[in-house]
Amino acid sequence: MIRSLLLALAVVVAALPALAVQPDEMLDDPALERRAREISQDVRCLVCQNQSIDESNADLARDLRVLVRERVKQGDTNQEVRDYLVARYGDYVLLKPPFGLSTLLLWASPALLLLVGALAVFLWFRGRGRASATQAGGAEAALSAEERRRLDRLLAGEDGPEDDGSGRDPGDRRA
Amino acid sequence: MIAELGHFALALAAAVALVQAVVPMLGAARGDGAMMAAAAPAALVQFGVLGIAFAALMHAYITSDFSVLNVIENSHSLKPLLYKVAGTWGNHEGSLLLWVTVLALFGALVAVFGRNLPPSLKARTLSVQALITLGFLVFMLLTSNPFARVFPPPIEGTDLNPLLQDPGLAFHPPMLYVGYVGLSISFSFAVAALIEGKVDAAWARWVRPWTLLAWTFLTAGIALGSWWAYYELGWGGFWYWDPVENASFMPWLAATALLHSAIVVEKRDTLKSWTILLAIIAFGLSLIGTFLVRSGVLTSVHAFASDPDRGIFILLLLVVAIGGSLGLYAWRAPGLQGGGLFRPVSREGALVLNNLLLSAAAATVFVGTLYPLFLEVLTDDKISVGPPYFNLTFTPIMGVLVIALGVGAMLPWKRGDLGAVTRRLTVACVVTAVLMGLAALLYWQRSALAVAGLGMAAWLAAATLTQLWQRVRPTARIGVGEGVRRMAGLPRAAWGMTLAHLGVAVIVAGATGASLLTQETISSGGPGDRFTVGDYAFTLESVDRVAGPNYAAERGTFRVTDAETGDEIATLHGERRRYVAGGQETTEAGIRSDLGGDLYAVLGQPTDDGGWTVRLYRKPLVPWLWIGSGLLVLGGLFSLSDRRLRVGAPRRSGTRAGGVARTQPAE
Amino acid sequence: MIRSRLIFLIPLVLFLVLAGYFAVQLLSGEDPRAVPSALIDKPAPDFDLPGLYAGEPGFATADLKRGGPVLVNVFASWCVPCRAEHPLLMRLAEEEGATIFGLNYKDKRADAKGFIEELGNPYARIGFDGEGRVAIDWGVYGVPETYVIDGSGRIRYKRVGPLQPRHLEEDILPLLEDLRS
Repeated sequence: MIRSLLLALAVVVAALPALAVQPDEMLDDPALERRAREISQDVRCLVCQNQSIDESNADLARDLRVLVRERVKQGDTNQEVRDYLVARYGDYVLLKPPFGLSTLLLWASPALLLLVGALAVFLWFRGRGRASATQAGGAEAALSAEERRRLDRLLAGEDGPEDDGSGRDPGDRRA
Repeated sequence: MIAELGHFALALAAAVALVQAVVPMLGAARGDGAMMAAAAPAALVQFGVLGIAFAALMHAYITSDFSVLNVIENSHSLKPLLYKVAGTWGNHEGSLLLWVTVLALFGALVAVFGRNLPPSLKARTLSVQALITLGFLVFMLLTSNPFARVFPPPIEGTDLNPLLQDPGLAFHPPMLYVGYVGLSISFSFAVAALIEGKVDAAWARWVRPWTLLAWTFLTAGIALGSWWAYYELGWGGFWYWDPVENASFMPWLAATALLHSAIVVEKRDTLKSWTILLAIIAFGLSLIGTFLVRSGVLTSVHAFASDPDRGIFILLLLVVAIGGSLGLYAWRAPGLQGGGLFRPVSREGALVLNNLLLSAAAATVFVGTLYPLFLEVLTDDKISVGPPYFNLTFTPIMGVLVIALGVGAMLPWKRGDLGAVTRRLTVACVVTAVLMGLAALLYWQRSALAVAGLGMAAWLAAATLTQLWQRVRPTARIGVGEGVRRMAGLPRAAWGMTLAHLGVAVIVAGATGASLLTQETISSGGPGDRFTVGDYAFTLESVDRVAGPNYAAERGTFRVTDAETGDEIATLHGERRRYVAGGQETTEAGIRSDLGGDLYAVLGQPTDDGGWTVRLYRKPLVPWLWIGSGLLVLGGLFSLSDRRLRVGAPRRSGTRAGGVARTQPAE
Repeated sequence: MIRSRLIFLIPLVLFLVLAGYFAVQLLSGEDPRAVPSALIDKPAPDFDLPGLYAGEPGFATADLKRGGPVLVNVFASWCVPCRAEHPLLMRLAEEEGATIFGLNYKDKRADAKGFIEELGNPYARIGFDGEGRVAIDWGVYGVPETYVIDGSGRIRYKRVGPLQPRHLEEDILPLLEDLRS
């Protein structure tokens, strides 16, 4: 346990001091270099975990950075470079997971979550509207709504709409 | 001896926690006042005893007592005093001790400041709090005793990871812990309310200040961590979407949602079961975060040592605490009926939207963090979910939130008129358009996205200020001077909200600048060499050897001038330190901040030809990240000070509300 | 009413599923740092490395396609765990009659020779990969790594990190047996 802690720390520390891309690795052509940076920022450093090779000082990260630059220089497209790395290290090497069957849920989840949430809110609103309509008869409800409005105006005259917690809407129905 | 005292205090605390968990709960069930009254003194004793344990460990660190294993592993006699103190919580066992101490602290605070809570609610809340404490104490005593001794003691310790030897990081964990352990109080209140079967405006009013307190510290803790990463890790990133960061960010998002939904419960007596659920989830996410960090299920740059036994134990704690409370929720929540009706377009409606977006954002972070784990269990495939995923998913959700926030805060309660609000925001729209135009002129070439980000920040700031102004001067009949005078009379909670929302705007601007507008030059050279970064010229003046208390360093001195005019702007010192004890190296960036942004210089490794690698950055608007975080914290404190004045209010308003309700025919 | 009650069960159910995943992951005892090879069941990459010792034959793809299953072990003299697993490799070669090829990763020739002299040579051939470029084609990310290749040159097994007796007994020897028959 102690050893694993020390090891973990050693890995962290080893990954940090000299940072990332070194000037001697860089390509002379600024456009190519920019593409290489762009690619390396999305490639995971396998030995240091949760860092891109662009940020990592690990030996392997350096090798991969050099490799990425070589491929870029040879005329590979960004996607070809990525494919080259994936063929050797698997999807794990990409910090941006590719779209695919196994990542469908991952990529769809934000939209899905919003949709489900919006639907729940909608149903809740509708349910409440119906419940209140059945609870109170039409005329009574209208009356109390009118009353509520009047009270609102009275209260609003006293203080701002939400600055005072004690200004609970007196028309609240409590369970 | 003192270490044994600490160990004994831990065991004693467990016994007290057991009493505090059982007696008041039984008392509340039987309606026995004396048993319920035991909760408050027990909570105070609990805090006292754990305070002693914590002090004992700190004593071992300060005196470099190398007969204690924990001190050996994480300290060194040469370490400056501040870091000896910080070393207390810079490791697994010590940070757990801080965890339970903060748990007990919040229990004690409720015992002291909750005098006007109904006795049964207070007894049950403290009882639930004690149950959580008990769980963690047993965990510590069985698997992670910080007071374990070693014989014979070594002469020297192995030192605290030098990266952690930093003032920013010394205070980051305590802040963070007060934050996410503080959410335990909202959780305990929620569970107690479920047991009572009653959630009303008064309940929401009691919960909010505690949530706000926890939220404020959590905000400060996260901001400190981010700030530390920014200047210490040496390439000027401020957020990495690392699992451990996400572990603190998810509770923050949930707590933020909780703060807003509790307002609706308090003011409008609805959204009750949702608010209870959020309170459970917010603390549940803190617990899950603790599990992720300490069990080793996920890999992270800064996870603690992983140990499967500990993982199993924490998982059991999770199942009991979260599973138990969610089970209780499934059983009791259907009985919580909401009251106050409102239209979708209203302040309540806006707060519902806020909750929807914040929850979706939190869930997105959750899915992104845990998806690799799920996939691996299901298919053995291993993937990485890194920053690009979060930038593509989380950021748009937050964008919508920021835009909607500008309108939502203007809406009146119950029913609002979108048209009227839009008209009142005309000036804000114009201001936004002008500022966006300006940003486009400056930055369109570099990043169109940055223009959008800055536009959003401008919009939120303008809308928030408009809201404040309209509040003090709702009609043109009121003079401008009168409006300004009225500002002083606004409740502090109103100022709190305004400050916090402005804080969000400022952070959005800062994040945009830091992530999209940074200019960098990575090069190598020796003293006398000149490097250009955007409009700035950095000259490496000299590289000197300097000695620190427990490290030796190379210090590069950079002179920064205006690239065109040659005007002197700043002198920066970037250091590369090598620590004596472990031989580890760290970098200390030289940073010069002003409102416009940071100049950031890092001295890298020596090169073969006798020079050094240098990394130089111009990072526009970065200080806005910290200013904005400060505004958030300030907003929290302002609202909190307002709440404090109302500590005595709930009972009164409770009866008043009840009294008014009785006159209603519908009751 | 019942339906609306069920809604309140959703959080509990979701949480229990989550806890189940955590439990499975914890109890599996798998190292979360381990990355599975993308090359399993794929042909070994094309390469041709010079030998570690001058004059001796190198190590190339063709060596892997000679009919029988073989092992490939990535090692370096600077790698401490490589020392730890070395006796196992010796045992494999001497007692189990396995053919092991060595891939000497980012090493200095003299150091590597010293390593072999000190600990014994379990390798049929040793390829010298000073730049570590061939290792990248193999998807190497940590040393030591050990691969099992079948007679047709396909990678069938990969282990990252030092071999332990249980890897031999449970994985490698049965697999070799299987591939031979």
